Amino acid sequence: MKNFFASRTGVIVVGGLIGVFAALLQFWGNPGNMGVCVACFERDIAGAVGLHRAGVVQYMRPEIIGFVLGALGASLVFGEFKPRLGSAPITRFILGAFAMIGALVFLGCPWRALLRLAGGDGNALFGLAGLVVGVWIGTLFFKGGYNLGRTQKTYGSAGVLFPLIMAFFLLLMLIYPQIQGEPKSGVLFYSVKGPGAMHAPLIVSLLVGLGVGVVAQRSRFCTMGAFRDLILFKQAHLFSGVVALLALAFIANLVLGQFKPGFAGQPVAHTQELWNFLGMVLAGLCFALAGGCPGRQLFLSGEGDGDAAVFVIGMIVGAAFAHNFGLASSPKGVGPHGIAAVFIGLAVCLFIGFTMRRKAA
Amino acid sequence: MSEQIDARGLSCPQPVLLTMEKIKTMGRGELIVLVDTEASRENVGRAVQKQGWSLQCVTENDGEYALTLTKG
Repeated sequence: MKNFFASRTGVIVVGGLIGVFAALLQFWGNPGNMGVCVACFERDIAGAVGLHRAGVVQYMRPEIIGFVLGALGASLVFGEFKPRLGSAPITRFILGAFAMIGALVFLGCPWRALLRLAGGDGNALFGLAGLVVGVWIGTLFFKGGYNLGRTQKTYGSAGVLFPLIMAFFLLLMLIYPQIQGEPKSGVLFYSVKGPGAMHAPLIVSLLVGLGVGVVAQRSRFCTMGAFRDLILFKQAHLFSGVVALLALAFIANLVLGQFKPGFAGQPVAHTQELWNFLGMVLAGLCFALAGGCPGRQLFLSGEGDGDAAVFVIGMIVGAAFAHNFGLASSPKGVGPHGIAAVFIGLAVCLFIGFTMRRKAA
Repeated sequence: MSEQIDARGLSCPQPVLLTMEKIKTMGRGELIVLVDTEASRENVGRAVQKQGWSLQCVTENDGEYALTLTKG
Protein backbone atom coordinates (compact mmCIF):
# COMPACT_ATOMS: atom_id res chain seq x y z
CA MET A 1 0.00 0.00 0.00
CA LYS A 2 1.28 3.44 -0.91
CA ASN A 3 2.09 5.53 2.13
CA PHE A 4 0.66 8.98 1.42
CA PHE A 5 2.43 10.56 4.37
CA ALA A 6 5.85 9.51 3.03
CA SER A 7 5.26 11.65 -0.09
CA ARG A 8 6.35 15.27 -0.37
CA THR A 9 2.74 16.39 0.03
CA GLY A 10 2.38 14.07 3.01
CA VAL A 11 5.30 15.45 4.96
CA ILE A 12 4.12 19.01 4.22
CA VAL A 13 0.67 18.14 5.56
CA VAL A 14 2.21 16.65 8.71
CA GLY A 15 4.48 19.67 9.30
CA GLY A 16 1.50 21.96 8.80
CA LEU A 17 -0.66 19.95 11.21
CA ILE A 18 2.04 20.08 13.89
CA GLY A 19 2.35 23.86 13.39
CA VAL A 20 -1.39 24.50 13.65
CA PHE A 21 -1.96 22.21 16.61
CA ALA A 22 1.08 23.59 18.45
CA ALA A 23 -0.38 27.10 18.13
CA LEU A 24 -3.76 25.76 19.26
CA LEU A 25 -2.27 23.94 22.26
CA GLN A 26 -0.76 27.25 23.34
CA PHE A 27 -4.18 28.84 22.87
CA TRP A 28 -5.70 26.05 24.98
CA GLY A 29 -3.27 26.57 27.84
CA ASN A 30 0.27 25.47 27.05
CA PRO A 31 3.10 27.97 27.75
CA GLY A 32 4.04 30.78 25.34
CA ASN A 33 5.61 29.66 22.05
CA MET A 34 5.63 26.21 23.65
CA GLY A 35 2.54 24.58 22.21
CA VAL A 36 4.78 21.59 21.75
CA CYS A 37 8.41 21.37 22.84
CA VAL A 38 9.81 17.89 23.11
CA ALA A 39 12.83 18.93 25.19
CA CYS A 40 10.83 21.19 27.53
CA PHE A 41 8.09 18.61 27.94
CA GLU A 42 10.50 15.78 28.69
CA ARG A 43 12.11 18.12 31.21
CA ASP A 44 8.67 18.69 32.76
CA ILE A 45 8.18 14.91 32.93
CA ALA A 46 11.55 14.57 34.70
CA GLY A 47 10.20 17.12 37.17
CA ALA A 48 6.82 15.39 37.52
CA VAL A 49 8.52 12.23 38.75
CA GLY A 50 10.84 14.23 40.97
CA LEU A 51 14.14 13.65 39.16
CA HIS A 52 14.68 17.38 39.56
CA ARG A 53 12.97 19.74 41.98
CA ALA A 54 12.68 22.90 39.90
CA GLY A 55 9.17 23.73 41.09
CA VAL A 56 8.19 25.74 38.00
CA VAL A 57 8.76 22.95 35.46
CA GLN A 58 7.03 19.85 36.79
CA TYR A 59 4.16 18.34 34.84
CA MET A 60 3.53 14.95 33.27
CA ARG A 61 3.03 16.17 29.69
CA PRO A 62 0.43 14.00 27.94
CA GLU A 63 1.65 15.18 24.52
CA ILE A 64 4.87 13.17 24.93
CA ILE A 65 2.95 10.10 26.05
CA GLY A 66 0.65 10.54 23.05
CA PHE A 67 3.56 10.83 20.60
CA VAL A 68 4.96 7.48 21.69
CA LEU A 69 1.65 5.64 21.93
CA GLY A 70 0.38 7.14 18.66
CA ALA A 71 3.53 6.00 16.88
CA LEU A 72 3.18 2.57 18.48
CA GLY A 73 -0.40 2.30 17.25
CA ALA A 74 0.44 3.45 13.72
CA SER A 75 3.42 1.10 13.46
CA LEU A 76 1.34 -1.85 14.64
CA VAL A 77 -1.51 -1.12 12.23
CA PHE A 78 0.80 -0.65 9.24
CA GLY A 79 3.12 -3.54 10.02
CA GLU A 80 6.08 -1.30 10.84
CA PHE A 81 6.51 -2.23 14.48
CA LYS A 82 10.06 -3.60 14.46
CA PRO A 83 11.52 -4.33 17.87
CA ARG A 84 15.25 -3.64 17.60
CA LEU A 85 18.12 -2.48 19.80
CA GLY A 86 21.82 -2.76 20.43
CA SER A 87 23.40 0.07 18.40
CA ALA A 88 25.71 1.75 20.92
CA PRO A 89 23.13 2.38 23.66
CA ILE A 90 25.52 4.05 26.10
CA THR A 91 26.61 6.49 23.39
CA ARG A 92 23.01 7.30 22.61
CA PHE A 93 22.27 7.84 26.29
CA ILE A 94 25.13 10.33 26.62
CA LEU A 95 24.11 12.09 23.38
CA GLY A 96 20.55 12.32 24.70
CA ALA A 97 21.71 13.85 27.96
CA PHE A 98 23.89 16.48 26.26
CA ALA A 99 21.24 17.16 23.63
CA MET A 100 18.90 18.08 26.47
CA ILE A 101 21.53 20.20 28.21
CA GLY A 102 22.17 22.11 24.98
CA ALA A 103 18.46 22.51 24.32
CA LEU A 104 17.92 23.85 27.85
CA VAL A 105 20.69 26.41 27.42
CA PHE A 106 18.74 27.69 24.40
CA LEU A 107 15.36 26.85 25.98
CA GLY A 108 13.76 24.64 23.39
CA CYS A 109 14.08 21.73 21.01
CA PRO A 110 14.12 22.30 17.22
CA TRP A 111 10.30 22.20 17.18
CA ARG A 112 10.16 24.97 19.74
CA ALA A 113 12.87 26.94 17.93
CA LEU A 114 10.50 27.02 14.94
CA LEU A 115 7.48 27.78 17.13
CA ARG A 116 9.34 30.58 18.88
CA LEU A 117 10.18 32.13 15.52
CA ALA A 118 6.58 31.63 14.39
CA GLY A 119 5.48 33.50 17.52
CA GLY A 120 7.78 36.44 16.78
CA ASP A 121 10.68 35.56 19.10
CA GLY A 122 13.76 36.80 17.24
CA ASN A 123 16.13 35.01 19.64
CA ALA A 124 15.05 31.78 17.96
CA LEU A 125 17.05 32.83 14.88
CA PHE A 126 20.26 32.31 16.86
CA GLY A 127 19.03 28.93 18.05
CA LEU A 128 18.08 27.82 14.55
CA ALA A 129 21.45 29.00 13.21
CA GLY A 130 23.10 26.96 15.96
CA LEU A 131 21.00 23.94 15.06
CA VAL A 132 22.09 24.15 11.42
CA VAL A 133 25.76 24.50 12.39
CA GLY A 134 25.51 21.57 14.82
CA VAL A 135 23.89 19.36 12.18
CA TRP A 136 26.50 20.50 9.63
CA ILE A 137 29.32 19.41 11.97
CA GLY A 138 27.49 16.09 12.31
CA THR A 139 27.47 15.64 8.52
CA LEU A 140 31.26 16.12 8.47
CA PHE A 141 31.53 13.18 10.87
CA PHE A 142 29.21 11.11 8.68
CA LYS A 143 31.43 11.80 5.71
CA GLY A 144 34.38 10.69 7.81
CA GLY A 145 32.83 7.29 8.42
CA TYR A 146 31.17 7.93 11.78
CA ASN A 147 28.45 5.43 12.62
CA LEU A 148 27.12 3.72 15.71
CA GLY A 149 26.85 0.22 14.27
CA ARG A 150 23.93 -2.06 13.62
CA THR A 151 20.87 -2.80 15.67
CA GLN A 152 19.71 -6.33 16.31
CA LYS A 153 16.21 -7.69 16.18
CA THR A 154 14.82 -8.31 19.61
CA TYR A 155 11.75 -9.55 21.45
CA GLY A 156 8.47 -7.81 20.84
CA SER A 157 8.22 -7.30 24.58
CA ALA A 158 11.53 -5.37 24.56
CA GLY A 159 10.13 -3.15 21.80
CA VAL A 160 7.09 -2.22 23.86
CA LEU A 161 8.96 -1.55 27.12
CA PHE A 162 9.28 2.18 26.50
CA PRO A 163 5.68 2.61 25.29
CA LEU A 164 4.63 0.71 28.43
CA ILE A 165 6.54 3.20 30.58
CA MET A 166 4.61 5.99 28.83
CA ALA A 167 1.29 4.18 29.38
CA PHE A 168 2.23 3.73 33.03
CA PHE A 169 2.96 7.47 33.33
CA LEU A 170 -0.49 8.17 31.92
CA LEU A 171 -2.00 5.76 34.43
CA LEU A 172 -0.17 7.58 37.25
CA MET A 173 -1.71 10.85 36.02
CA LEU A 174 -5.16 9.34 36.24
CA ILE A 175 -4.53 7.80 39.68
CA TYR A 176 -2.94 11.00 41.00
CA PRO A 177 -4.64 13.84 39.16
CA GLN A 178 -3.60 17.45 39.64
CA ILE A 179 -5.11 19.10 42.70
CA GLN A 180 -5.63 22.85 42.28
CA GLY A 181 -2.94 24.78 44.17
CA GLU A 182 -1.14 21.66 45.43
CA PRO A 183 2.47 20.98 44.35
CA LYS A 184 2.09 17.23 44.73
CA SER A 185 -0.52 14.56 44.15
CA GLY A 186 0.50 11.10 45.29
CA VAL A 187 3.87 10.38 43.69
CA LEU A 188 3.60 13.10 41.04
CA PHE A 189 4.80 16.69 41.25
CA TYR A 190 2.67 19.42 39.66
CA SER A 191 3.92 23.00 39.24
CA VAL A 192 1.62 25.58 40.81
CA LYS A 193 3.30 28.44 38.96
CA GLY A 194 5.61 28.92 35.98
CA PRO A 195 5.51 27.13 32.63
CA GLY A 196 4.87 23.78 34.32
CA ALA A 197 1.55 25.13 35.62
CA MET A 198 0.44 26.13 32.12
CA HIS A 199 -1.13 23.33 30.19
CA ALA A 200 -4.05 22.46 27.97
CA PRO A 201 -6.63 20.04 29.43
CA LEU A 202 -5.22 16.52 29.79
CA ILE A 203 -7.56 14.92 27.27
CA VAL A 204 -6.86 17.61 24.65
CA SER A 205 -3.09 17.28 25.07
CA LEU A 206 -3.31 13.50 24.89
CA LEU A 207 -5.50 13.43 21.78
CA VAL A 208 -3.32 15.91 19.91
CA GLY A 209 -0.26 13.93 21.00
CA LEU A 210 -1.76 10.67 19.75
CA GLY A 211 -2.74 12.23 16.42
CA VAL A 212 0.68 13.76 15.87
CA GLY A 213 2.28 10.45 16.89
CA VAL A 214 0.33 8.62 14.21
CA VAL A 215 1.03 10.99 11.31
CA ALA A 216 4.63 11.69 12.31
CA GLN A 217 5.39 7.97 12.43
CA ARG A 218 3.92 7.58 8.96
CA SER A 219 5.78 10.56 7.51
CA ARG A 220 9.16 10.11 9.33
CA PHE A 221 8.95 13.82 10.12
CA CYS A 222 12.30 14.96 11.56
CA THR A 223 13.60 18.49 11.98
CA MET A 224 17.24 17.42 12.32
CA GLY A 225 16.90 15.14 9.30
CA ALA A 226 15.48 18.09 7.37
CA PHE A 227 18.69 20.08 7.68
CA ARG A 228 20.94 17.02 7.50
CA ASP A 229 19.45 15.77 4.23
CA LEU A 230 19.61 19.26 2.77
CA ILE A 231 23.31 19.59 3.66
CA LEU A 232 24.38 15.99 3.01
CA PHE A 233 22.24 15.02 0.01
CA LYS A 234 20.81 18.38 -1.18
CA GLN A 235 17.43 16.80 -0.65
CA ALA A 236 14.56 18.99 0.55
CA HIS A 237 11.96 16.30 1.29
CA LEU A 238 11.91 16.57 5.12
CA PHE A 239 12.83 20.25 4.93
CA SER A 240 9.55 21.01 3.19
CA GLY A 241 7.79 19.64 6.28
CA VAL A 242 9.79 21.96 8.52
CA VAL A 243 8.91 24.96 6.35
CA ALA A 244 5.24 23.94 6.53
CA LEU A 245 5.44 23.74 10.33
CA LEU A 246 6.93 27.24 10.53
CA ALA A 247 4.50 28.77 8.02
CA LEU A 248 1.34 27.24 9.43
CA ALA A 249 2.30 27.97 13.04
CA PHE A 250 2.95 31.58 12.00
CA ILE A 251 -0.44 31.88 10.30
CA ALA A 252 -2.22 30.19 13.21
CA ASN A 253 -0.46 32.53 15.65
CA LEU A 254 -1.58 35.56 13.63
CA VAL A 255 -5.16 34.29 13.64
CA LEU A 256 -5.08 33.51 17.36
CA GLY A 257 -3.40 36.82 18.27
CA GLN A 258 -0.29 35.05 19.52
CA PHE A 259 2.25 36.71 17.21
CA LYS A 260 4.35 39.21 19.16
CA PRO A 261 7.54 40.19 17.35
CA GLY A 262 10.63 41.20 19.32
CA PHE A 263 13.66 40.02 21.24
CA ALA A 264 13.22 41.13 24.84
CA GLY A 265 10.49 39.79 27.09
CA GLN A 266 9.63 36.78 24.97
CA PRO A 267 8.01 33.90 26.86
CA VAL A 268 10.39 31.31 28.38
CA ALA A 269 13.36 32.77 26.48
CA HIS A 270 16.50 34.79 27.12
CA THR A 271 18.37 37.24 24.90
CA GLN A 272 21.97 36.00 25.18
CA GLU A 273 22.63 35.46 21.47
CA LEU A 274 25.88 33.54 21.82
CA TRP A 275 24.41 30.99 24.22
CA ASN A 276 21.20 30.64 22.28
CA PHE A 277 23.45 29.81 19.34
CA LEU A 278 25.98 27.54 21.07
CA GLY A 279 23.36 25.68 23.11
CA MET A 280 21.73 24.62 19.87
CA VAL A 281 25.06 23.84 18.18
CA LEU A 282 25.52 21.27 20.94
CA ALA A 283 21.95 19.97 20.71
CA GLY A 284 22.02 19.85 16.89
CA LEU A 285 25.28 17.93 16.87
CA CYS A 286 23.91 15.43 19.40
CA PHE A 287 20.71 14.94 17.35
CA ALA A 288 22.75 14.43 14.18
CA LEU A 289 25.12 11.93 15.78
CA ALA A 290 22.14 10.04 17.24
CA GLY A 291 20.17 10.09 13.97
CA GLY A 292 17.07 12.05 14.89
CA CYS A 293 15.56 15.14 16.48
CA PRO A 294 13.87 14.63 19.86
CA GLY A 295 10.46 14.22 18.27
CA ARG A 296 11.71 11.63 15.82
CA GLN A 297 13.40 9.73 18.67
CA LEU A 298 10.01 9.51 20.40
CA PHE A 299 8.30 8.18 17.26
CA LEU A 300 11.10 5.65 16.73
CA SER A 301 10.74 4.57 20.36
CA GLY A 302 7.08 3.96 19.66
CA GLU A 303 7.83 1.71 16.69
CA GLY A 304 10.07 -0.55 18.80
CA ASP A 305 13.48 1.12 18.47
CA GLY A 306 15.10 0.50 21.87
CA ASP A 307 18.10 2.68 21.02
CA ALA A 308 15.89 5.68 20.37
CA ALA A 309 14.22 4.94 23.72
CA VAL A 310 17.64 5.02 25.40
CA PHE A 311 18.26 8.43 23.78
CA VAL A 312 14.94 9.69 25.18
CA ILE A 313 15.75 8.39 28.66
CA GLY A 314 19.15 10.09 28.29
CA MET A 315 17.30 13.34 27.55
CA ILE A 316 15.09 12.94 30.62
CA VAL A 317 18.10 12.25 32.85
CA GLY A 318 19.97 15.13 31.17
CA ALA A 319 17.07 17.42 32.11
CA ALA A 320 17.42 16.33 35.72
CA PHE A 321 21.14 17.12 35.63
CA ALA A 322 20.43 20.43 33.91
CA HIS A 323 18.08 21.60 36.66
CA ASN A 324 19.85 20.01 39.62
CA PHE A 325 23.22 21.53 38.75
CA GLY A 326 22.30 24.93 37.35
CA LEU A 327 22.97 24.13 33.70
CA ALA A 328 19.57 25.17 32.34
CA SER A 329 18.89 28.75 31.34
CA SER A 330 16.03 30.87 32.61
CA PRO A 331 14.47 34.06 31.20
CA LYS A 332 17.28 35.89 33.07
CA GLY A 333 19.96 34.11 31.01
CA VAL A 334 22.23 31.10 31.21
CA GLY A 335 22.51 29.11 34.41
CA PRO A 336 25.63 29.33 36.62
CA HIS A 337 27.21 26.26 35.01
CA GLY A 338 25.48 26.30 31.63
CA ILE A 339 28.49 27.64 29.74
CA ALA A 340 30.84 25.00 31.17
CA ALA A 341 28.28 22.30 30.33
CA VAL A 342 28.08 23.42 26.69
CA PHE A 343 31.85 23.15 26.28
CA ILE A 344 32.00 19.79 28.03
CA GLY A 345 29.16 18.58 25.81
CA LEU A 346 30.89 19.75 22.64
CA ALA A 347 34.11 18.03 23.73
CA VAL A 348 32.20 14.79 24.37
CA CYS A 349 30.57 15.02 20.93
CA LEU A 350 33.95 15.50 19.25
CA PHE A 351 35.30 12.51 21.17
CA ILE A 352 32.36 10.39 20.00
CA GLY A 353 32.48 11.68 16.44
CA PHE A 354 36.21 11.20 15.96
CA THR A 355 36.54 7.81 17.65
CA MET A 356 33.41 5.91 16.59
CA ARG A 357 34.00 5.31 12.94
CA ARG A 358 34.24 2.16 10.93
CA LYS A 359 33.04 1.00 7.57
CA ALA A 360 29.82 -0.89 8.11
CA ALA A 361 29.38 -2.48 4.72
CA MET B 1 26.94 -9.91 -11.41
CA SER B 2 25.33 -7.19 -9.34
CA GLU B 3 26.94 -5.48 -6.39
CA GLN B 4 25.35 -5.60 -2.97
CA ILE B 5 25.16 -3.41 0.13
CA ASP B 6 23.95 -4.71 3.47
CA ALA B 7 22.42 -1.74 5.29
CA ARG B 8 20.27 -3.82 7.61
CA GLY B 9 20.24 -2.57 11.18
CA LEU B 10 21.86 0.74 10.28
CA SER B 11 20.13 3.94 11.31
CA CYS B 12 19.63 7.16 9.38
CA PRO B 13 21.42 8.37 7.30
CA GLN B 14 23.77 5.38 6.87
CA PRO B 15 21.73 3.36 4.34
CA VAL B 16 21.42 6.34 2.02
CA LEU B 17 25.03 7.38 2.58
CA LEU B 18 26.39 3.91 1.75
CA THR B 19 24.17 3.63 -1.31
CA MET B 20 25.19 7.04 -2.64
CA GLU B 21 28.89 6.28 -2.19
CA LYS B 22 28.46 2.98 -3.99
CA ILE B 23 26.54 4.32 -6.98
CA LYS B 24 29.09 7.08 -7.31
CA THR B 25 31.94 4.55 -7.64
CA MET B 26 29.91 2.19 -9.82
CA GLY B 27 28.67 4.80 -12.27
CA ARG B 28 26.20 2.36 -13.79
CA GLY B 29 25.07 -1.23 -13.42
CA GLU B 30 22.96 -3.11 -10.93
CA LEU B 31 23.08 -2.70 -7.18
CA ILE B 32 21.14 -4.58 -4.53
CA VAL B 33 20.61 -2.80 -1.21
CA LEU B 34 19.35 -4.68 1.83
CA VAL B 35 17.45 -2.66 4.43
CA ASP B 36 15.16 -3.59 7.30
CA THR B 37 12.94 -0.58 7.90
CA GLU B 38 10.26 0.97 5.79
CA ALA B 39 11.83 4.41 6.33
CA SER B 40 15.20 3.27 4.93
CA ARG B 41 13.44 1.68 1.97
CA GLU B 42 11.71 4.97 1.16
CA ASN B 43 14.84 7.05 1.76
CA VAL B 44 17.10 4.95 -0.45
CA GLY B 45 14.49 4.82 -3.22
CA ARG B 46 14.01 8.58 -3.10
CA ALA B 47 17.73 9.38 -3.03
CA VAL B 48 18.84 7.19 -5.95
CA GLN B 49 16.12 8.37 -8.30
CA LYS B 50 17.56 11.87 -8.09
CA GLN B 51 20.87 10.39 -9.32
CA GLY B 52 19.27 8.88 -12.40
CA TRP B 53 19.12 5.37 -11.00
CA SER B 54 15.84 3.51 -11.02
CA LEU B 55 14.34 1.27 -8.42
CA GLN B 56 13.56 -1.87 -10.42
CA CYS B 57 11.98 -3.97 -7.74
CA VAL B 58 11.63 -4.48 -4.03
CA THR B 59 11.36 -7.94 -2.59
CA GLU B 60 10.25 -8.36 0.98
CA ASN B 61 11.23 -11.24 3.16
CA ASP B 62 10.41 -11.41 6.87
CA GLY B 63 10.33 -7.64 7.35
CA GLU B 64 13.51 -7.07 5.34
CA TYR B 65 13.70 -5.52 1.91
CA ALA B 66 16.02 -6.12 -1.01
CA LEU B 67 16.04 -3.11 -3.33
CA THR B 68 17.27 -3.68 -6.86
CA LEU B 69 18.67 -0.47 -8.32
CA THR B 70 19.84 -0.07 -11.89
CA LYS B 71 21.31 2.48 -14.23
CA GLY B 72 21.94 1.53 -17.81
